[in-house]
Amino acid sequence: MFEYAPAPESRSVVRLQPAYGLFVGGEFVDPTDGDSFTSINPASEEVLAEVAAGGVGDVDRAVRAARTAYDRVWGPMPGRDRAKYLFRIARLIQERSRELAVLESLDNGKPIKESRDVDLPLVAAHFFYYAGWADKLDHAGFGPNPRPLGVAAQIIPWNFPLLMLAWKIAPALATGNTVVLKPAETTPLTALLFAEICQQADLPAGVVNIVTGAGETGRALVEHHDVDKVAFTGSTEVGRAIARAVAGRDTKLTLELGGKAANIVFDDAPVDQAVEGIVNGIFFNQGHVCCAGSRLLLQESVADQVLASLKRRVAQLRVGDPLDKNSDIGAINSAAQLARISELADAGAAEGAQRWSPPCELPEQGFWFAPTIFTGVTQAHRIAREEIFGPVLSVLTFRTPAEAVEKANNTPYGLSAGVWTEKGSRMLWLAERLRAGVVWANTFNKFDPTSPFGGYQESGYGREGGRHGLEAYLNV
Amino acid sequence: MTATAMSARSDLTELGRSETALRAFLHGLPGVDQVGAQQRAAQLGTRSIKTTAKAWAIDLAIRMVDLTTLEGADTPGRVRALAAKALRPDPADPSCPHVGAVCVYPSMVPYVAEVLRGPASGAGPAGAAAAPAGAGVVHLASVATAFPAGQAPLEIKLADTRAAVAAGADEIDMVINRSAFLTGRYQEVYDEIVAVREACGPAHLKVILETGELSTYDNVRRASWLAMLAGADFIKTSTGKVPAAATPPVTLVMLEAVRDFRAATGRQVGVKPAGGIKTTKDAIKYLVLVNETVGADWLDPDWFRFGASSLLNDLLMQRTKLTTGDYAGPDYFTRD
Repeated sequence: MFEYAPAPESRSVVRLQPAYGLFVGGEFVDPTDGDSFTSINPASEEVLAEVAAGGVGDVDRAVRAARTAYDRVWGPMPGRDRAKYLFRIARLIQERSRELAVLESLDNGKPIKESRDVDLPLVAAHFFYYAGWADKLDHAGFGPNPRPLGVAAQIIPWNFPLLMLAWKIAPALATGNTVVLKPAETTPLTALLFAEICQQADLPAGVVNIVTGAGETGRALVEHHDVDKVAFTGSTEVGRAIARAVAGRDTKLTLELGGKAANIVFDDAPVDQAVEGIVNGIFFNQGHVCCAGSRLLLQESVADQVLASLKRRVAQLRVGDPLDKNSDIGAINSAAQLARISELADAGAAEGAQRWSPPCELPEQGFWFAPTIFTGVTQAHRIAREEIFGPVLSVLTFRTPAEAVEKANNTPYGLSAGVWTEKGSRMLWLAERLRAGVVWANTFNKFDPTSPFGGYQESGYGREGGRHGLEAYLNV
Repeated sequence: MTATAMSARSDLTELGRSETALRAFLHGLPGVDQVGAQQRAAQLGTRSIKTTAKAWAIDLAIRMVDLTTLEGADTPGRVRALAAKALRPDPADPSCPHVGAVCVYPSMVPYVAEVLRGPASGAGPAGAAAAPAGAGVVHLASVATAFPAGQAPLEIKLADTRAAVAAGADEIDMVINRSAFLTGRYQEVYDEIVAVREACGPAHLKVILETGELSTYDNVRRASWLAMLAGADFIKTSTGKVPAAATPPVTLVMLEAVRDFRAATGRQVGVKPAGGIKTTKDAIKYLVLVNETVGADWLDPDWFRFGASSLLNDLLMQRTKLTTGDYAGPDYFTRD
């Protein structure tokens, strides 16, 4: 047997402070009417740092700082000068990528190979990409001299803390807005390190403000009268509440919410690569992915063969220490999320689907969930309809392309879909009919800053990334 | 074996009797998505193999090396030196394992046999009785069948094979007829492998696909199955004589083929990437590929080999570094 020896990435590159304040007006400040909370390592439950929870007054201070910076510095600044700051930030992210990747894995629980090879390269790429747009907005297709909105309130989730920050901040700054960003309460630390990078880049004070906290802080930010734009990525439930709060105000809103993506495998698919795509679709980032391929639709003529290959492959996955370079699956981000995943998985078994997990030893400390596959799932099962946001795959079958489309579209969501077939004409036929913001052809979970991303129906509205992503932050 | 696998087994033996059946079978194999295969191989290349795992992998890799010289300038003296090195790769360290095989042209086989099996031999693998320590376990491989191009009449290829076996080779590395393969004459390729297989007698047959000339992964998968159906004991990537030699994705596709072939027929076939594998780091990447594609059953010199020459010295240098903690310069290892 080839036993891989432990290969832990060193934590020494990260220097954490015991406590963090809020980043307002270019410096770290203590909250005035807020509180504090701790952020833990979900793989060990060890406390990493104490973090401020911003109150209503703190949010107001941050919005005022952003307004001042917008009026006096960032709004009037020529695009080519804004670009210089964004390029500088992008380069600093690259230079400090190891530090950021280790901290991301510590705070979030995702395996270091993903934070190192996926998250951080995409974060830097996003800043580079939008830095390039800053002085070319006249040519973006929105008419001459499109104007920014003003102050953007941005609320991001815990599944890709730094990447979601990049998706929000890079286009907002490139188009001339200033921002107040609230990271998720379980993963605030890389955003605070990003604040240090803003200081290092000499970004003018108040252009980026980071207010940590939980739901109450987010609510205060969304309901603040002086924000011109709200951008939210997270659950559909919170998205609805935000839409209600913003309704009737002159505030632009984009929402990127949940998903229940279908990954459709036809009998002429490249089987070995499809199996990789299925694994990547649902087990990437412990399944904490809004566009995860959580519903596998197999054509009945190859269902047994693909399932056998899939199980053999899933048995190879290495679950464990997120900082071990050979870990494929890390920790579930929080006790609350673990409880939700367990509840839905139990419901799947109770409703009659067959549950399977490979033999795998889970660590005793921390929050862990073994990769799980449900077969014999029908459209009526909760695990086929509700977003689980964990490493749980529901397998359904279909007979014809028309049935595949019908089942894939039979969901209130519509964020992404995957199709596996060697036949080009079928691929195009399906891509036209699938109601999903992204359709991946013979691949899954591929991201690129040049490509717009967003959903249909309850998966939200507005697009992030690419030229389309500029529109959300321009007065057009 | 389940009932379906049993019936599949008998079906496969029939395939070689008809060009139509062979073609339908090969073209019915699932396709390979190029981007996906390359991505998977690259991902496995990021595994971090350290300390005890690295030491284990290096010793295994040494045992898997087919120490190769295939030059027009090969002489009896040179191949004797190589054979001596195969038996004791690191004269300074008796705990260092011997390599898997020595691989030479047919005319050089007798000189290698002298070293590996003792001067009394020359009568094939049976002559291992009065052999020096370590002999009989280092195999003697010979390329044959008008290597590397394979552009010769069948009788000549068969004579080439018989001569190599008669001179003492217990492994034959043949090349497939790429000309026939690329024009779709699968029956011809198949029949040739069957004929060479027969000419090999007791010797093991490695079938070189020359994947650099097949150019697509779909072709690599088809050629792998064709060779296995015709009786190959091993499938091998390359001759080392064309610019594109072994790559991790090509080896991945071939490993998937031997895995699926065993599932369908019950027969295990070995894999040998050859050409371009020069460093310990490369070799370990291949071992990870084997481990996570086909598993421990193939992590053995009987089922996986490296066709290489300069790789061995790098493995020895890394091995010394791990055991002593110091890097020794290249002059501390024999150069042949």
